[in-house]
Amino acid sequence: MTAVGDNDRGLEKYLRMQRIRQFENKAEAIHAQGEIPGALHTYAGMEASGVGACMALRDDDYMVGNHRSHGHPIAKGAMLRPLMAELLGKTTGICKGKGGSMHLSDFSMGSLGETSIVGSGGPVAVGAALGAQMQGLDRVALCFFGDGASSEGAIHEALNLAAVWQLPAIFVCENNRFGMSTPTSAGVAGENVADRAHGYGIPGVMVDGQDVDAVEIAVREAVDRARSGKGPTLIETKTYRYGDHAVNMGRELTPRGPDHEDWLARDPIVLHRLRLLEQGVPPAALDVIEAQVAEEVDDALSFARESAYPAFEEAFDHVFVDRLPIPEDVLAHA
Amino acid sequence: MARITYLEAIQQAQMEEMILDSRVFMMGEDIRCNVFGTTTGFLEKFGEARIRDTPISENGFIGAAGGAAIVGMRPIVDATISSFLFPAMDQICSIIAKSSYIYGGQARLPLVIRSCLFYGNSNAAQHSDRPYPMFMNMPGLKIIAPSNARDMKGLLKAAVRSDDPVLSFEDSTCWTNKSEVPDDMDFVIPLGKGDVKREGTDITVIGIAGAVNIALKAAEQLAREGISIEVVDPRSLVPLDHELILRSVRKTGRAICVDPAHKTCSAASEIAATIAEYAFEALRAPVVRITTPDTHLPFSPHIEKPLYPSVARIVDAARRLVGAGTPVPA
Ligand SMILES: Cc1ncc(C[n+]2csc(CCOP(=O)(O)OP(=O)(O)O)c2C)c(N)n1
Repeated sequence: MTAVGDNDRGLEKYLRMQRIRQFENKAEAIHAQGEIPGALHTYAGMEASGVGACMALRDDDYMVGNHRSHGHPIAKGAMLRPLMAELLGKTTGICKGKGGSMHLSDFSMGSLGETSIVGSGGPVAVGAALGAQMQGLDRVALCFFGDGASSEGAIHEALNLAAVWQLPAIFVCENNRFGMSTPTSAGVAGENVADRAHGYGIPGVMVDGQDVDAVEIAVREAVDRARSGKGPTLIETKTYRYGDHAVNMGRELTPRGPDHEDWLARDPIVLHRLRLLEQGVPPAALDVIEAQVAEEVDDALSFARESAYPAFEEAFDHVFVDRLPIPEDVLAHA
Repeated sequence: MARITYLEAIQQAQMEEMILDSRVFMMGEDIRCNVFGTTTGFLEKFGEARIRDTPISENGFIGAAGGAAIVGMRPIVDATISSFLFPAMDQICSIIAKSSYIYGGQARLPLVIRSCLFYGNSNAAQHSDRPYPMFMNMPGLKIIAPSNARDMKGLLKAAVRSDDPVLSFEDSTCWTNKSEVPDDMDFVIPLGKGDVKREGTDITVIGIAGAVNIALKAAEQLAREGISIEVVDPRSLVPLDHELILRSVRKTGRAICVDPAHKTCSAASEIAATIAEYAFEALRAPVVRITTPDTHLPFSPHIEKPLYPSVARIVDAARRLVGAGTPVPA
């Protein structure tokens, strides 16, 4: 495995962060024109958290995420076409148009779901870690959840279970300062979510969530521990959500504090770009990546636009392995 | 064939499926110590990795069973008493029922969640639930509610082999009932297939779980009065064997749905509505539901017992439906 500071890895991180940012910028633009139904929970500002964490994983490691789902699959390496098609509700979407913005989950990348019931991904990640352990695979399972989710019982139960069974799980709390309109300080008792790790007898680690290298280092250490049978780790990435809770909420819900401008000044992509330049990467190399990503995003959008909507019958697929019978009176008016 | 109890049938089904498929494992609270007798000898045979005692953490470990299923394991969760499913509603309803659907078929969740219907024994309201109707209203969950040892074994084995999540509701009033059960390792009863437990011509009585046995007793008594009862046992609640139920009601023209659940939105309600919707032309009398009224279950046996469906309530209803009076003792 190559070092964190390695140029190729540095560029890969830059690529993935650019993909997330540009993918979402495009999605927001077409959402404003009414091309994307429902709400969009954007990940802007948090790219270093997702990309840093996923760069510490192997392709065959598992990952579970949450409603803020655009960043996680792209961070893990997913291709953009099926993700964009999903946002447009097309049958070529990664979830065949049944999941949408809150559920961009690409199982071919080891994702086991981006779940929109706050906190509910915790137990799933524990189960995946258990499965890997029982199957004798040295895979780990990483669970992303928010600061708001840290107050859910499911997260406590997941941490406790993973610790009791010493499972290869990594819990990454993406503390983006808010849960909807509620500042972390009003929703989370104690200074830091990571401090709670002590109660479970597992390591708790805090990391600058705007520094993609720092996140990768912290998660890599946790992954190594997990893979070598030493059990779970709780990591808190201190990060910031640029957008409101979601696009399409009617009005701004997030009460910005006096530190708002400071956070914007520490943009994770800009910070990483500066670091790469300092390390001697020529600016042209970064410009090429940006241009390449712009093309990927345009291509993904064209693909999504040209794709068909699901046939109505597909609403009855995947409830069970066998398609459900379709009521004739409903079909007649579909 | 051997004559075994309902609990032994559970034990056998689990044992056989664990022998046949190394992906099958069990988890639950205190299963190693075998509280109800359904895991006798399991720890010795399969070891701690496959017989997992869990913390008291239903939402956590039931969700973990879901996660393990997604990555290719086939867990059997012993959730003990069905009332304890309530803390796990989050994982059952939002993850287990929906993950296959919401991700467009990328996930499969082959797991079984077993729990018993622990009513009728002075355990008070918080331990006496019969909550299957709530789950019938949630797409994505198959549900079995067997009434005898043979069905229990065959259906539980089918549930373990199913690639869909299955909830198994095991009626504690049937635990010690014995029946002839095949010992063939591949004896399974397909999910969604009901069974006529007794043939008759005047009234169809559809029983849910333990209510089937009450219906059979009532049928016995009514036969002596010249009223012929057909007892239908759906066995699975999801999928529900509509065809079998409707065929029987079209033959008899009368239906009584007997269900230990509370009346409102019970399985009995669903079946009654199905009959009214699709077999109305065959009906000679209104469809009757005999259920537990919409009050809670009290501790004191004097006021608990009369709340459940009983032979006497079925007999009364049957007589009313055929227009017969109470026979005068000779
Ligand atoms: C169980 C549950 N309760 C409430 C909601 C509504 N809700 C959606 S996202 C959200 C805030 C979550 O905050 P956090 O976990 O910090 O994630 P963030 O949105 O900040 O990324 C809430 C309350 C929900 N989806 N699920």
